[in-house]
Amino acid sequence: MAKEQKHWEDIEVGYELPILEKIAHSLMLVKWAGASGDFNPHHYETEFAMTQGTGGVIVHGLLKHAWLIQFVTGWMGDDGFMKKFSCQYRGLDLPRKMQSMNEPVDGETWKCKGKVIKKYVEEGEHLVDLEIGLENGKGQVTTPGTATVMLPSRKKGK
Amino acid sequence: MVLDELKQYIGKVDPPHLREVEKGAIRRYADAVGDDNPLYNDEEYAKKTKYGGIIAPPGFFGWAKRPISSSEGLIGVIEAMIESGYAGILDGGMAYDFYLPVRVGDTLVGSPKVSDIALKEGKTKMMIIRFETSYFNQNGDLVAKSYQTLIGRQL
Repeated sequence: MAKEQKHWEDIEVGYELPILEKIAHSLMLVKWAGASGDFNPHHYETEFAMTQGTGGVIVHGLLKHAWLIQFVTGWMGDDGFMKKFSCQYRGLDLPRKMQSMNEPVDGETWKCKGKVIKKYVEEGEHLVDLEIGLENGKGQVTTPGTATVMLPSRKKGK
Repeated sequence: MVLDELKQYIGKVDPPHLREVEKGAIRRYADAVGDDNPLYNDEEYAKKTKYGGIIAPPGFFGWAKRPISSSEGLIGVIEAMIESGYAGILDGGMAYDFYLPVRVGDTLVGSPKVSDIALKEGKTKMMIIRFETSYFNQNGDLVAKSYQTLIGRQL
């Protein structure tokens, strides 16, 4: 479903992006392994994961990065363009296990959050800088990051 | 000592990886993320946007045309790091500069380069490896640069 197009003039410093909720579970990690090509058993085999000092199977850093990219690109709309992105995996996240073929057990829900920290025009491009992060169920930001997004301007007649 | 040996890898570049960007691979990637943006899965929708067709989510550069084999640069430095005792590998972070969208049918070339190696001594010792990759499309245009960090921990 297409989202409403954001324009640069509509966004001010301090604006908070709508929160995107995500749930990491075993099924999703297996799908991600197949879709991304990261077949490290650290992300699906408990015995191996326990030798890695992380307390069990952990969520792929790149899956968390993909969530944050979904969060920003879904918000900015089709006419926006993400020029820069960064994130750091500061905390480990452990996925929920499955209770059926499709449903994870009750547990942690993650939240992608972000706000505008700078709004400017550079070389004719209307830009906003975002401070973003993935928060775990305890409210800790395990994956902080930043993004720079170009938004269409109403003045350009777009 | 170990650090000095590993530092010899700085500046080493892998042979170019040729990558094909396929529609099905894009759909599968977006599905695994849980991203239902129609730009990645709905041809009719995507045609009406400024892109004129399906694009890949930023950060997806398609699949290598053949398996990436062992080489001097990236895989070499990771193997050397594991052998020197830093066997607990974790992703540290990722950053990009994006210049152009990646489209269905693009053929991309990327050559990962080892850009930095450092030892971080806190409670435990960690080896930090950074590498960067420039991706070019079939027209020779730079579409993105990625900057990845890997961490090696002593287990």
